[in-house]
Amino acid sequence: MADRTIPEIRIQVEDFDISAEIAKLTEERGDIGAVVTFSGLCRDESGTLAALELEHYPGMANAEIKRFAEQAIERWDLCGLVAIHRYGKIKPGENIVLVIAASSHRQAAFDGANFLMDYLKTHAPFWKKEHLISGDTGEWVAAKDEDDHALSKWED
Amino acid sequence: MKLVYFSWIRERIGTGEEDVILPDSVDTVASLLEWLKSRGEEFEAALEHPDVVRIALDKEHVNDRETSLAGVKEIAIFPPMTGG
Repeated sequence: MADRTIPEIRIQVEDFDISAEIAKLTEERGDIGAVVTFSGLCRDESGTLAALELEHYPGMANAEIKRFAEQAIERWDLCGLVAIHRYGKIKPGENIVLVIAASSHRQAAFDGANFLMDYLKTHAPFWKKEHLISGDTGEWVAAKDEDDHALSKWED
Repeated sequence: MKLVYFSWIRERIGTGEEDVILPDSVDTVASLLEWLKSRGEEFEAALEHPDVVRIALDKEHVNDRETSLAGVKEIAIFPPMTGG
């Protein structure tokens, strides 16, 4: 019986290298037949946005993502799961979040990555503030009801 | 008790964290929120709409406002999250 997969969770200011993270996850893993990668980027809000500032709750952000990553690993028997979430000032076009799920067959990897993103959006303590090109003080981005509704598909 | 605040709740209150001595009567999340509002206008403004006020006790989300504060070391108050 294989040991339970341990998720890798990183909360960091620095950008990440998606190809490098995939390579690291799959290195010498002959059991992995499927890798699903999701990356979230900063949009430009029709050219009005200068940057998003991401605030987070140190300690809790990692713990919450880890909680749901462990659930995903158990539920879909994933071979590997990586989640990286940036904080600080992020410009349009830049990466914000990365989830990589690896499994023997593709359905588990798709579902595991989808599940983790749905729970990360609703439970991970991060908050986005907009900094506008105009120089005006931006608004805090509001949470979306549809993100909460998305959770129902994972509940039996 | 350590209280930490985030996002626009932090901005309205005017600080990101503080250490307070809670009155004995403040023993649940609900009574904490009432007590905080009594401390000043900035707290009333921050905590005005309960549906956008979220709580974590020792870094775990808590939905039930009647949850006891017994044994808790850190309370966080923040709006709905927008990570990802």
